[in-house]
Amino acid sequence: MTGLLLDELRVVGSNVDGGVPDGDPVTAWDRRKMSYRLVSPLNRRKFTVIVVGCGLAGAGCAAALGELGYNVECFTFHDSPRRAHSIAAQGGINSPRARKVDNDSVLRFVKDTVEGGDFRSREADCFRLGEESLRVIDHMNAIGAPFAREYGGQLATRSFGGVQVSRTYYTRGQTGQQLEIAATQALHRQISRGTVRLHSRHEMLDLIVTDGVARGIVARDIVTGQIGPFTAHAVVLATGGYANVYGKSTNAMNSNATAAFRTHRRGAYFALPCFIQFHPTTLPISSPWQSKRMLMSESLRNDARIWVPKKKGDDRPPNDIPEDERDYFLERRYPAFGNLVPRDVASRANALEIKDGHGVGPLHNGVYLDLRDPIARLGVDVINERYGNLLEMYQVNTGEDPRQVPMRIGPGAHFSMGGLWTDFDAMSNLAGLFVGGEASWAYHGANRLGANSLLSACVDGWFTLPVTVPNYLESLLGTEPLAIDDPAVTDTVNHVQAGVAHLLDIGGTRPADHFHRQLGDLLYDQCGVNRRADELADAIDRIRKLRKEFDDDLRVTGTGAQLNQELEKAGRVSDFIDLGELMCIDALDRDESCGAHFRVEHQTPDGEAQRDDANWCFVSAWERPTEPGPYIRHAEPLTFTAVPPATRNYKTR
Amino acid sequence: MKLTLKIWRQPTTDTRGKFETHEVTDAKPEMKLLELLDQVNDTLVTQGEEPIAFESDCREGICGTCGITVDGRPHGPVPNTTTCGQHLRDFKDGATVRLEPFRSAAFPVIRDLIVDRSALDRVIEAGGFVSVDAGTAPDADSVQIPQHVAEVALDFAACIGCGACVAACPNGSGSLFTGAKLAHLSLLPHGQQERGRRARSMGTQADAEFGHCTLFGECARVCPAEIPITAVAALNHERLRAWTKRYRMPDDTKRVKPLTRGHGAE
Repeated sequence: MTGLLLDELRVVGSNVDGGVPDGDPVTAWDRRKMSYRLVSPLNRRKFTVIVVGCGLAGAGCAAALGELGYNVECFTFHDSPRRAHSIAAQGGINSPRARKVDNDSVLRFVKDTVEGGDFRSREADCFRLGEESLRVIDHMNAIGAPFAREYGGQLATRSFGGVQVSRTYYTRGQTGQQLEIAATQALHRQISRGTVRLHSRHEMLDLIVTDGVARGIVARDIVTGQIGPFTAHAVVLATGGYANVYGKSTNAMNSNATAAFRTHRRGAYFALPCFIQFHPTTLPISSPWQSKRMLMSESLRNDARIWVPKKKGDDRPPNDIPEDERDYFLERRYPAFGNLVPRDVASRANALEIKDGHGVGPLHNGVYLDLRDPIARLGVDVINERYGNLLEMYQVNTGEDPRQVPMRIGPGAHFSMGGLWTDFDAMSNLAGLFVGGEASWAYHGANRLGANSLLSACVDGWFTLPVTVPNYLESLLGTEPLAIDDPAVTDTVNHVQAGVAHLLDIGGTRPADHFHRQLGDLLYDQCGVNRRADELADAIDRIRKLRKEFDDDLRVTGTGAQLNQELEKAGRVSDFIDLGELMCIDALDRDESCGAHFRVEHQTPDGEAQRDDANWCFVSAWERPTEPGPYIRHAEPLTFTAVPPATRNYKTR
Repeated sequence: MKLTLKIWRQPTTDTRGKFETHEVTDAKPEMKLLELLDQVNDTLVTQGEEPIAFESDCREGICGTCGITVDGRPHGPVPNTTTCGQHLRDFKDGATVRLEPFRSAAFPVIRDLIVDRSALDRVIEAGGFVSVDAGTAPDADSVQIPQHVAEVALDFAACIGCGACVAACPNGSGSLFTGAKLAHLSLLPHGQQERGRRARSMGTQADAEFGHCTLFGECARVCPAEIPITAVAALNHERLRAWTKRYRMPDDTKRVKPLTRGHGAE
């Protein structure tokens, strides 16, 4: 049945080329950079680049291009660049600088990242990530991020989920915030120098494309409602991930997929949409009105121990449960890594314990994360110094002191490894459209390692896009951006205006949030930590019905010519619904388990993900049909030479 | 629990606002204040009425997007906590709660509870950065920073830019915000060369945007990042230091160019 249905949902397209130079992946980035064309300093001001998003990737890219002398038009829907969701990353940023003699190296970083991603990322991308990470730390330190220091004054590092070396740089529990503030300060410097023009409170609603080339964007001024075009020589999207498709995730309330998905509607391929990471340490939902899954940094797993009561449905207070009645299941199942197994492994193990009836808390939907032993060993002061703000956050939100009572955590949608497909130059299949940070699919494969997301955003923003974008621009020397009165521009603006008018005109009864919640519940249930073909097929059916209900029964109050948060939400939910459908199609299509994508049909006898390298060692790059009909799945084959494919093993090493 | 909400409604910057009353009967003490507003909005939209416009994003107290005045206090009854971190358990059952935007001349109301806090960004733009281009930084381990210095710098760098300090101040002063950035950057070795210029430029900009500080200390009482009041001392210290340096260090006396925006400012 599934086979038949699949054929109605998608057709197999052609192979796409990632553009990685032939030969040793270790030197691929150096060789590729040498082949790039350059733009002379005097010519740079003749080029205009649009950067959408002011997170670590966007702010870094805009600032770096500004420093080089390009004209940058930078867009954010926030009131200030500093609000971007990069701020929320708590744990740290990886860099294999190998200053400690724990046998770390760039190659080991690549091995960890490729293995962690379960061999569904591009090996050469990971080498770039490791290599450029070395100067990312230097740069972020110099522009104002006060990294934690040892007493001797050198940079402090810690070990972080999924690796056995200490390569994670951090600033207490607020690394993302400090990096984002440093990056936006650099952006403000360029704004004051006039190289970057900031368009705050502007939301990108479409991409202007002519003949497969990105020429600009259409954005809506959130305050006045005015919809207008902006054209440029190249467009960079750094608009973040789409985990909010799950309704309640660890993402910010406004994080959305609209810019990326509308770009997809304009022809950009969407890669591996079903690769979503469920964070093992989020606060469980304990009430219907809870607005999000709050994230507790997994750095806590360095010290705290995860356990559940051995007895099912044990409702005793945790501190009354004696040691021999506790099951430290991660330490038991994965002796080599214990509580530090990668996120997908931890999430699945947590979900399994909860499903088996060992869940704790009022709804029995969590597991314990216990600081009792480290506090006994190190003292409460050390624990406060390491995790103080996280513990306070937990206390504020739950009313419980995690120094006295174990915290409760559970898996929540967190990070999207999938995203717009890009080649080795971070350019999508649409020429002139570059994608950086979480909006892109690059680096993380089927599962992202902790502290690699801040890194990939910084590497893209500061050290990848500023060399790959000029390589593209050079060929455009002497040309002007598309004229504002060009028919392609007017058509796109008209299309956006019609879309906004449609949302306002439906005149139904239910707010956008209702549809979003319905979509999220459905996806958590049927396209969540565990996935099964028949459930996915059913989910696609249900999402299509939801799409129809949305188009018939949505209610948006107010008008388009004002600040209208319901209208903003409606547009985003509309895109989430279609993205949710695509995710389920991708999850159904990918008939294997890998990393965070766990198809229950494909598991080893002891319940681990079973990859199928013979058939699925490629990137699915989805093309949206222009007419109603099946999606087209293109494929970029993946090869691994430096890190030969192996089954991930966190039991022994 | 039962609450009477008096909520400020104002369609645009240029229109007059007024309080609107909403009775809530099914609130729960575990609920957060903004989750209650979500619920009120849900009801409003379902009834075809326009929801209350308010801003929030991360809902974890880090992004600084949220911020309203609750019963006259920026952010709400629990000190040093963002609006998104305020729970209903901290209100009395049956109470009347007044919700209005941050009130400050520097923050014009955009709609309902949303204000324009771009004045804070303009202060950063005036010099709240380190002038190091990508790729030019020295090895971060070669410039050693004592542990306690990095920690104190981080105490000041923790500012989330919410603007509650300005809203709490009877003078509408931005001294805690400006001082926190000056303290953060002056403690770190990078950018020492522009320290004096930064203090003068940011100080001048803050003077233009905000009121003066007369040390009421209300700012530190509401600050969710718990920026210490010594940030104000840092602002004054840095400005005084820059002023005295003018006479001793010719290189540091170059006049700061007036802030210009748009293309071709260089």
